[in-house]
Amino acid sequence: MEQLLEVKGLCKNYKKFQLKEVTFDLPAGYIAGFVGRNGAGKTTTLNAIAALLRTDGGEVRLCGKTYKEDPVLYKDRIGYIGDESYFPAEMTAKEIRHILKVHYDTFKVEEFDALMKRWRLPMNQKVREFSRGMRVKLMFAQALCRRTRLLILDEATNGLDPIVRNEILNVLQGYIEDGTKSILFSTHVLSDLEQIADYIYFIDQGELVLNEAKDELLEKYLLIKGDMSDLGDEMQKKLVGLEKGEYGFEAIIEADDMAGFGSSFVYDKPNIDKIIWHFALERDGGKAHQFEGVL
Amino acid sequence: MKILISNQSELPIYAQVREQLKEQILNGEIPEGTVLPSIRKLAKEIGVSVITTTRAYNELEAEGFIASMQGKGSVVLSKENQMLREQCLIRIENGLSVAVETAKRIGLERGELLELLDMAWNGDGE
Repeated sequence: MEQLLEVKGLCKNYKKFQLKEVTFDLPAGYIAGFVGRNGAGKTTTLNAIAALLRTDGGEVRLCGKTYKEDPVLYKDRIGYIGDESYFPAEMTAKEIRHILKVHYDTFKVEEFDALMKRWRLPMNQKVREFSRGMRVKLMFAQALCRRTRLLILDEATNGLDPIVRNEILNVLQGYIEDGTKSILFSTHVLSDLEQIADYIYFIDQGELVLNEAKDELLEKYLLIKGDMSDLGDEMQKKLVGLEKGEYGFEAIIEADDMAGFGSSFVYDKPNIDKIIWHFALERDGGKAHQFEGVL
Repeated sequence: MKILISNQSELPIYAQVREQLKEQILNGEIPEGTVLPSIRKLAKEIGVSVITTTRAYNELEAEGFIASMQGKGSVVLSKENQMLREQCLIRIENGLSVAVETAKRIGLERGELLELLDMAWNGDGE
């Protein structure tokens, strides 16, 4: 399979945070979702891929080329959509259109205008007066009317109403339809992107912990609930992210291990949220949820 | 052709797509020779991932329901296709064994079950 994006050993050192050799490939024509807690390294990774920050090691190749080999082409191939508008607030869409036209070789004015019209965005109004949904759409418009190969979305759908979110999901699926382009997004709202994502990358404390096809992930694990007293030692070893509650426990197991547990437990199909939650718990040694005594 | 995905279903999404297409191929709603929408178009239309629809198509192909033709897309094969016939036989066997098991459970005689079969065969479900 042709790899659109190759990330190898990406490192970034901040005083209080390190990105530790993040490595993954994304084939052309697919959607990958980055998940993880605040401060886990999602934005740092995405910014490094978008060549928005200097890294301390590793390599990123887009369509086989690094940023240094051809900076203009590299930037032309990326469409970046952040959680906040990066357009000057005092400018109108028309003025922004002019700047984009000057900066990007492949910027198509007609396509930009068509998207503005389709999304009913005013040309002569200042970005400052735009709603959040309108600003996000403006960012999408600038990315979609160029010949990009990779869309990077950093929390771009946060705080959008369900109608706009659904519209955007549809746009995203249209973007990858011809099989030559890919999307990398980070989000906290897993449910709306859960359906369309092909791959899930879970990043925690600067490390890529999980990198799997979503369907495989959903099939591989089962949610198990039951009473602590029914758990033998052997069983306990197989649990991922044991969460003890007053009235029972909840954890994740590999579906293949189900036979070893038996009928005294309740099994459920987990969603991505649940799987990630238990993986995060496991990494914290089961402490992420222990708020007792705090309040 | 129609595909309706349920999030409440016990079946994973790729299996829902596979089963619904299979059903429509078997009952003739999607006739032989039909070119199915591309994997990517279908993924977009029903709002699921490309990997999901790819898997559904791959399994339908392995079971002999469709064949992917270079440059043409995925085409529905004829019912005479060996594999497909085998699939039908398996479905019949499965259906019959459910019927037999259920009949035994309520103490139905073999003859009575055959009568029911005849009635179903003649389209008299009353």
